[in-house]
Amino acid sequence: MYRILKAQKLADKIVLMDVYAPRIAANCQPGQFVIVKMGENGERIPLTICDYNRVEGTITIVFQEVGVSTVKMADLKENDSFRDFAGPLGNPSDLVHEDLEELKHKKLLFVAGGVGAAPVYPQVKWLHQNGIEADVIIGAKTKEMLILEDELKKVSGNLYVTTDDGSYGRTGLVTNVMEDLIQNQGKKYDACITIGPMIMMKFVCLLTRKYDLKTVVSMNPVMVDGTGMCGACRLMVGDQVKFACIDGPEFDGHLVDFDQAIKRSQMYKTEEGRVLLKQQEGNTHHGGCGNCEEMTNG
Amino acid sequence: MADMLKKVPVREQEATVRVTNFKEVCEGYNQEEAVKEASRCLNCKNAKCIQGCPVAIDIPGFIKEIQEGNIEEAYKVISKSSALPAVCGRVCPQETQCEGKCIRGIKGEPVSIGKLERFAADYALEHDIMPESSEEKNGHKVAVIGSGPSGLTCAGDLAKQGYDVTVFEALHELGGVLVYGIPEFRLPKEKVVAKEIEKVKELGVTFETNVVIGKSTTIDQLFEDEGFEAVYIGSGAGLPMFMGIPGENANGVFSANEYLTRANLMKAFDENYDTPIFAGTNVAVVGGGNVAMDAARVAARLGACVHVVYRRSAAELPARAEEVHHAREEGIIFDLLTNPKEILVDENGYVKGMKVVKMQLGEPDASGRRRPEEIPGSEYEIKTDTVIMSLGTSPNPLISSTTKGLDINRWECIIADEENGQTTKEGVFAGGDAVTGAATVILAMGAGKAGAKGIDEYLRNK
Repeated sequence: MYRILKAQKLADKIVLMDVYAPRIAANCQPGQFVIVKMGENGERIPLTICDYNRVEGTITIVFQEVGVSTVKMADLKENDSFRDFAGPLGNPSDLVHEDLEELKHKKLLFVAGGVGAAPVYPQVKWLHQNGIEADVIIGAKTKEMLILEDELKKVSGNLYVTTDDGSYGRTGLVTNVMEDLIQNQGKKYDACITIGPMIMMKFVCLLTRKYDLKTVVSMNPVMVDGTGMCGACRLMVGDQVKFACIDGPEFDGHLVDFDQAIKRSQMYKTEEGRVLLKQQEGNTHHGGCGNCEEMTNG
Repeated sequence: MADMLKKVPVREQEATVRVTNFKEVCEGYNQEEAVKEASRCLNCKNAKCIQGCPVAIDIPGFIKEIQEGNIEEAYKVISKSSALPAVCGRVCPQETQCEGKCIRGIKGEPVSIGKLERFAADYALEHDIMPESSEEKNGHKVAVIGSGPSGLTCAGDLAKQGYDVTVFEALHELGGVLVYGIPEFRLPKEKVVAKEIEKVKELGVTFETNVVIGKSTTIDQLFEDEGFEAVYIGSGAGLPMFMGIPGENANGVFSANEYLTRANLMKAFDENYDTPIFAGTNVAVVGGGNVAMDAARVAARLGACVHVVYRRSAAELPARAEEVHHAREEGIIFDLLTNPKEILVDENGYVKGMKVVKMQLGEPDASGRRRPEEIPGSEYEIKTDTVIMSLGTSPNPLISSTTKGLDINRWECIIADEENGQTTKEGVFAGGDAVTGAATVILAMGAGKAGAKGIDEYLRNK
């Protein structure tokens, strides 16, 4: 059993938990994920690692209530336990392997949407600890849905916040902020890392392609085992089939076939289910239903 | 007087009934039937059946005990050589191993060795009879990676010799392919697999789930940080293969691994479990091995009309004859000498059909089987909404890619000595599908035994 040491509501339907998993905490790196399973009958759910404490032996996860299992998970309290907690899975971010001196001369832009701010955080923090300040854009639907702003502020170079409805920070989509920074403010970036709903990452990539800005995305498709066994998470990257769990989760965003990936992510959502999902998710609805053509921040 | 040339028939669930449930198909012998079948054994001095068994069970020895009604003794004879007899009695390909060598089989049917093994093993499970107890602990720590048949056998053998063994399992349940791959109706999980693993536990083996070696920790860390003196890799062959044809990423195309893992490990067929499965209405299973039969029979139980699409003819089907027979009985249709060309996809990304081509057999290829060739112009479409690719699996590179000095061959299989499991890295042994590529439960167990012997010799001489 893996004990929950902290359970905190970050926003409506978004929960943060610190979980005691010393093996994972000892070996994980930014960019990797874990698989959690609540009880005997639960699903295996992949979640990107949001933070880790090697001394305390804890892993921080952040998740949004989007389906049967995550709704149940949100009810867990401090001192409750997960039956299963496996990882770290997937590959660490490329950043971790890059030459630090070279990295210091690069200007990096992180673009996070909704709950995607959580997996962006350990990367920006890692850079900060290594003396590199990256610019970060976080987008949310509304002020209430914004997470980790204070934490990110402490470790980012410039932090730009935008909301769909303008209830906080700028008004508009993350891509509007990107356009403003690059076109109006003359900012130059060497690489962009974006994590959020697939539809958001798709539009970020369409934009960065225009600027010829190398873009890394973190894919979050349907998974079962997370160790390369099932192939549920397969996606097209260029002309190759890749498994997000063992080849990713990060890929060159300009090569990912997002339209196919978005369709595949709807596999277990029926027509009725999608409607229900939209109702249940309310203003946390992030376009994963397949009915929404338009992009939102999260 | 019973016909001594024929096996005592074994009771099975009626095909039309069993296709609606996940309960075990074969009901096994009762004691009367078992004793009767055991009496067919000629108790050969130079028993060929033992040579046919990858773990060399004293077959005439245990059958003799059954003949005399000493079922507990029969189990003890088996358990000297096998840690998982209730599993093997169900899933071993006896027809090509022990039973294939049986003298009775020359004129008539061989002795039903598998069903007798199962009977003795089930008796032991029901009566809580323990295998032979282990020697004193010797204080040497050995790590076993993977809790499938190979790892369990290796761990059990080493524990019996007094080693302090820890098994690391990547998934949340113990058993490897016995729980994620082989369906409930062929191998009951709680009644058989969990109970046999419990016996390995009672030998003093420690199990840790959710540890992905190569990620959660590495082999080098096991040696350096955790004090293990030897490691056995029994991580299996878990990576699914796909055909590389158009449409293969459509919604409704699954690897057999995914389909079976959802159904078996995650129990998606049971509404009390949260994991969903896309059951399908018209299912096409591509491939002809045991895994293809398992996937097809699961799909049938989930209510689908199922076709098996295989590019060679019936004679070349790699699945066990019994599995093919059971599948046919359950209404599964075999489209033989047929090969997929393209999966047809609707505007929403879901499978709407499959384009296939008829095949004919040409000259024998490297494997000795006649090479299937397309018949030009014979393409046609089959109606399907779900395609399950069952084309084989290859070893997962998670361990080999994170362990310096552990060499693999071009099929990503770990290179290991067949006699003792020794790999190219000191103190590291390997066996089972991780070494051979996808094979059978019993061959993996044989390799686990060899690995345990190799580790014992290595640590004694160290």
